[in-house]
Amino acid sequence: MARATSNRQKLITSIIAWAAAIVIFFPILWIIVLSFKAEGDAIRTPLGVLTSSWTLDSYAVVQDRSDYLKHFFNSVIVAVGSTLLGILVAVPAAWSMAFVPSKRTRGILMWMLSTKMLPAVGVLYPIYLLFIQLGILDSRTGLVIVLMLINLPIIVWMLYTYFREIPAEILEAARMDGAGMRAELLYVLTPMAIPGIASTMLLNVILAWNEAFWTLNLTAAKAAPLTAFIASYSSPEGLFYAKLSAASVMAIAPILVMGWFSQKQLVRGLTFGAVK
Amino acid sequence: MQLTKFVCTATAATLLACGVAQADTLTIATVNNGDMIRMQGLTDDFTAKTGHKVEWVTLEENVLRQRVTTDITTKGGAFDIMTIGMYETPIWGKNGWLVPLNDLSAGYNVDDILPAMAGGLSYDGTLFAAPFYGESSMIMYRTDLMAKAGLEMPAAPSWSFIAKAAREMTDRDNEINGICLRGKAGWGEGGAFITAMSNSFGARWFDDEWNAQFDTREWSDTLNFYVNMMNDAGPAGFATNGFNENLSLFQQGKCGMWIDATVAASFVTNPKDSTVADKVGFALAPDNGMGVRSNWLWAWALAIPAGTQKEAAAKQFIEWATSNGYIELVAANEGWANVPPGARTSLYENANYKDIPFAKMTLDSILSADPNNSTVDPSPYVGIQFAAIPEFAGIATEVSQEFSAAYAGQQTVEEALAKAQALTNDAMEAAGYR
Amino acid sequence: MMAPAVVLLLGWMLVPLTMTLFFSFKKYLPLRGGDLGWVGFENYVRFVSSSSFWPAVGTTLLIVGGVLVITVLLGIALALLLDQPIWGQGIVRILVIAPFFVMPTVSGLVWKNMFMDPVNGFFAHIWRLFGAEPIQWLSHASMPSLVMIISWQWLPFATLILLTAIQSMDFEQLEAAEMDGARPVGRFWFITLPHLARAITVVILIQTIFLLSIFAEIFVTTAGAFGTKTLTYLIFQRVLESQNVGLGSAGGVYAIILANIVAVFLLRIVGKNLDA
Repeated sequence: MARATSNRQKLITSIIAWAAAIVIFFPILWIIVLSFKAEGDAIRTPLGVLTSSWTLDSYAVVQDRSDYLKHFFNSVIVAVGSTLLGILVAVPAAWSMAFVPSKRTRGILMWMLSTKMLPAVGVLYPIYLLFIQLGILDSRTGLVIVLMLINLPIIVWMLYTYFREIPAEILEAARMDGAGMRAELLYVLTPMAIPGIASTMLLNVILAWNEAFWTLNLTAAKAAPLTAFIASYSSPEGLFYAKLSAASVMAIAPILVMGWFSQKQLVRGLTFGAVK
Repeated sequence: MQLTKFVCTATAATLLACGVAQADTLTIATVNNGDMIRMQGLTDDFTAKTGHKVEWVTLEENVLRQRVTTDITTKGGAFDIMTIGMYETPIWGKNGWLVPLNDLSAGYNVDDILPAMAGGLSYDGTLFAAPFYGESSMIMYRTDLMAKAGLEMPAAPSWSFIAKAAREMTDRDNEINGICLRGKAGWGEGGAFITAMSNSFGARWFDDEWNAQFDTREWSDTLNFYVNMMNDAGPAGFATNGFNENLSLFQQGKCGMWIDATVAASFVTNPKDSTVADKVGFALAPDNGMGVRSNWLWAWALAIPAGTQKEAAAKQFIEWATSNGYIELVAANEGWANVPPGARTSLYENANYKDIPFAKMTLDSILSADPNNSTVDPSPYVGIQFAAIPEFAGIATEVSQEFSAAYAGQQTVEEALAKAQALTNDAMEAAGYR
Repeated sequence: MMAPAVVLLLGWMLVPLTMTLFFSFKKYLPLRGGDLGWVGFENYVRFVSSSSFWPAVGTTLLIVGGVLVITVLLGIALALLLDQPIWGQGIVRILVIAPFFVMPTVSGLVWKNMFMDPVNGFFAHIWRLFGAEPIQWLSHASMPSLVMIISWQWLPFATLILLTAIQSMDFEQLEAAEMDGARPVGRFWFITLPHLARAITVVILIQTIFLLSIFAEIFVTTAGAFGTKTLTYLIFQRVLESQNVGLGSAGGVYAIILANIVAVFLLRIVGKNLDA
């Protein structure tokens, strides 16, 4: 890895990279700043914003107005639940596609992916009616199922590309050693597959957390996650930048922190077979 | 305390002890306007009085509309009370989707609701939604800038006066725009304003055969007048300004005049948010001497979807939230200027409210609006800034998008009108009117 | 073993698809009492003959294409940059991927209000600072603005995948090229870029899947005004704003057809690249 680079060159690339990173991150940074300002200060010039006093008022107002924790827990349950359920369904499918491929495997895979392109709004009424029939409107169960199905194609595909990179010889060797199917899964495949499964789960949690059409349209009071919480802060009356910023920070902070902590795992598996 | 209540509720279900019939939890969908947010904060008062709990679903207006409409048309039953407007109520009431509010208690005094509001929230004489607050539109103007321009605002001005005043008051160097008006796409935003304005120019949406009327001279006059005035005296980017953007501009002292919802009066005169609170005057929305003024009529109201299991509790809530008692509760907490206006006659007879500077003009504006007679030439529809037919919201949103594109200079007024004409006729055909 | 995932996907795809097809041949107006009988292909004819149809198809393709070009080009540049030795690499990378975790609704609201608002937005303040007239982003430059917002959200994804691919590159080959006197541009063109081909196709495939059904960003920023109405948005207008489920369903069928045309086109290119 060692490449001869002069310190000067490193300094220049560092400056460019930092500048790019700050530009990209700036919108998030700015709403964090605005969320700690009074409404009247939040609309001032950038310099005026920075020099005005800091306050926690917006967070207090948001906390007072909506039940953040309820929405937060709904988001967690729905995102994690749909991910776990999705993995449970997708692992066997991806596993068999990767190791027991048939002529139709690729066709099925591509067809799965194309289902992802169905425009959600076109089927809102059918799904809504279905949910009423099943009695799962405004329930976390309903959301878990819908989000799982929406993201399933991506999960299957990610897992498939990852599994495919596990050399088949290792499995054969294990089988020759007399290891049963179960042992094969448990001791050979699992350790090798865990990074891929982990990053698939992470990506899926992010996608489910941010999904804003179904989570908004299939819920009312009980199951509404953070996407619904946000939908009440773009105010039609008066100044709202600080409140909207605070609510936005509260809505994205959990997933942002999770994403940062698990960055390495996410990157390792987020290759979609692109790296060989 | 919490525990006793719980035990009480638990036993009440089986033994009917405790004196309370049954404690329900109501799910209420509402819009995130200031008055509704305030209502949420006061919910404890309702729970203390009745034992019923309330869960709020507070959404931005467009999301709310799409959400409650999906639920009511599919009979989803996700909400026990919905916040809807004067547009939805008669349509839904006609379809039998709402619980008639014809058996409210005597103490509620249903006859006290302003007749214009009650009329707009009824179908076939039956009230289907109770107004939480009502509004018309009027002119809010800066008395200091008006004086500086050497003009005096009549109580009932004409459009030509407004255009003249707007140009005189404009002072681009000091970031003062003579007039701020809605231009934002959306039937409830810029669409509502231009439709109400067009009424005073003698235009209408449909003739008696439901043919679109955008190819008429009246519409062309309206739009050209608006665009010329706004280009000369309006703020930059008026094509994307809605209620809130204009409110913010006015509060920051950047507008000479603003014609918009009467409820805005309490925001622009509130010294906490407004830099011009003590320099605001009010006047009736302008006309063109054709007998129709350009003010609209609207109410945000509470309605109960038919089929809810909690009808009795829902009615109790509606009686609480739209009563005189609630108005007094808000007055005690936040002052009389902040009570929900425009719903009840008695509010305008209340001695405490008479001193509020915008009270009289609000009432006069509401009284001068007539949804059944909103256009100069006869029209087949009810409504001032809308036509109370199910197809209107969709059509008007698309039409107003064409208008906004014209405001932004992306197409000419004539092109916008031609497109509006075509798409309206097309949609009316699809719906089976023509 | 593939059965559960495939059956679920089948169900997900077939139930709403069947319902959409069913409704598309009906006059179904929820606000006028619902099902008003069969109308044959009337909805299909009406949907295409609307003056909004072809512009919507164009807008859809423009957004997908614009975002793809920007994210792939900037993504390659960023990936190359982040591959260099720099100080604080970990932090830079965290800042760069952050936008990927932001909910589309939040991102739309934040860009629209805090940045692109012509009066109080950040950009307006900056423009005025330099004595320039603030740009009316969302009305006068609506499409570039939207493409910018969406690109901001997807740039991290492209960067991550491309970076992983770059890092898996064979250094000996690069060094050999360097010794042979190949210039940096030549090295990039003849060695790096071919190596990235697979990663680029993966980025294009995944992003296209998500971009074709983009909705929240448009809904909160322009609401379809100023020429930003995509096919998905047009269907939304037909179904929810005009409350014409039959017409919207016919639009849904068209959207599926468009998605499949794009998919077939894409998969032909990508599939080849993925099998290589």
